[in-house]
Amino acid sequence: MQLSLVGVAHAYGDADVLTDITLDIPGGRILCIVGPSGCGKSTLLRLIGGLERPTRGQILQMGRAPEGCLNPLTYVFQDFALLPWRSVAGNVRLVLEDHGLPGAEARRIVTDVLARTRLSDFADALPRQLSGGMKQRVAIARALAVNPAVMLMDEPLSALDSQTRELLMDDLVALWTRAPFTSVYVTHNLAEAVRLGHRIVVLSRRPGRIAEMVDIDIPLAERTADHPDLARQQQHLWSIMRDEARAADSELVDG
Amino acid sequence: MAEQGTPVPFRGGGFAPRAKRGVGVVVFIALIALVEWGTRSGWISSLTLPRPSDVLATFGELWSSGRLWEHLAPSLTRFAVGSLFGVCAGIGVGFAIGLFSYARAGLVPLVAALFPIPKIALLPLFVIWFGIDEASKYALIAFGTFTPTVVATYGAVDNVDRTLIRMGQSFGLSWWSIVRKIVLPGAMPGILSGLRISLAIAIILLVAAEMLGAQRGIGAYILEAGSLYDLERLFAGVTILSLLGVAVSFAIGAIEKRLLRWRN
Ligand SMILES: Nc1ncnc2c1ncn2[C@@H]1O[C@H](COP(=O)(O)OP(=O)(O)OP(=O)(O)O)[C@@H](O)[C@H]1O
Ligand SMILES: [Mg+2]
Repeated sequence: MQLSLVGVAHAYGDADVLTDITLDIPGGRILCIVGPSGCGKSTLLRLIGGLERPTRGQILQMGRAPEGCLNPLTYVFQDFALLPWRSVAGNVRLVLEDHGLPGAEARRIVTDVLARTRLSDFADALPRQLSGGMKQRVAIARALAVNPAVMLMDEPLSALDSQTRELLMDDLVALWTRAPFTSVYVTHNLAEAVRLGHRIVVLSRRPGRIAEMVDIDIPLAERTADHPDLARQQQHLWSIMRDEARAADSELVDG
Repeated sequence: MAEQGTPVPFRGGGFAPRAKRGVGVVVFIALIALVEWGTRSGWISSLTLPRPSDVLATFGELWSSGRLWEHLAPSLTRFAVGSLFGVCAGIGVGFAIGLFSYARAGLVPLVAALFPIPKIALLPLFVIWFGIDEASKYALIAFGTFTPTVVATYGAVDNVDRTLIRMGQSFGLSWWSIVRKIVLPGAMPGILSGLRISLAIAIILLVAAEMLGAQRGIGAYILEAGSLYDLERLFAGVTILSLLGVAVSFAIGAIEKRLLRWRN
């Protein structure tokens, strides 16, 4: 399934947050959105997932969600959003409960996604017993459980330390390589963007427009932290973003 | 020459009270022992305070004669029935206020208007509405527990982490699932701590209602003892009320331990 944004704009009251975003989100690839703080990245993601209505423009689904997909547009949140009163397995099961799956089938899915995210040994642990990286793996397992057509990830690694972030990026690459998924991945970290993105969209400062779109053809599995092409791309993106970020930084938020 | 170092002064610690087993019991025993000693030595006159051992004897007599149960059973029934109605209605209305804009707009001012009314003052009215029998006592206790439960519940619902609710929506959970599986457990800590207050109020109102019109019940027993200036029986009755309060608090503590295991 593909998504297509046509002339999307959004405003909160009088404050324009996004203007004229026209964008295709191709199937089976990861699209990264970067941009200075407050430029509307999270807002854009909420619009794409249908948690908010755009003020103008349209967000279109092209084609139908694949068979067996329980929740076509699925989020992974920056702050994990795990229910603290449910175990790891319980948190994953939560999103299957409303779909009337037979018990055995639900159990099979839970076991499968926990194995894929290397969490099988922690099925009965409560969130407070887990490290940040493990919590985010639970959130990713929960997202995988509904077999999403598009994964919407809002700075999923930002709450984590840099080592954990590296490890989780490897996990994401491994997951994608095994079964390519479509994803919109918001980050302010350019290193993450060039590691994970097939296409990178740079937004300008608020009100966000598309300032630049970059495609990276290197297969994900071959991207290493010190790949020369990636370093060059990252440098290029930073040069675009720096001015926007600096300008954004000297503006009043509601000015 | 190396300078002589002094240790950095410690400034942390404190502000983290922890449960110390037995301290509460020691405080009780010390106070009672003090009164016992004071009354025996004549330092406290028998008109000021009864001797604790006499109170205990009265209590034992009450127990062995079976009259304890005669008074306790109707009191416990009134407490249970009245607070059950009040708490259930309070949680229901609290959820409605927490979830629906119209309920909030319409009911919050009403609850604010009802909360400060001394419910005891309404007992004559309840007697007219519900009769002199049990129903008016149930109503008084229910009404008294209702308002604090409403306030605690909608506060707790308001405090449920919105990102969890948004998560539920983003996974396409039904409205009812979100309320049951996210809002209710998330509001549970606040509801339970509100319950402590509501049930303490229920005990106060229970006694008040029984003092105003009942043959049996702890309140009637205390009132009768008081009018005869029988301090031993008065204190035996008051002790029963305290024990009831401790039991309720202990029960809520046990429920919290069970339902809120996920915290800390
Ligand atoms: N619900 C809301 N009501 C009003 N203004 C909002 C709301 N949500 C976001 N905004 C404003 O919209 C702008 C964009 O917010 P958004 O969270 O989308 O930015 P972002 O790019 O995700 O920023 P960050 O990098 O800090 O996560 C900000 O100026 C913010 O103050
Ligand atoms: Mg954001």
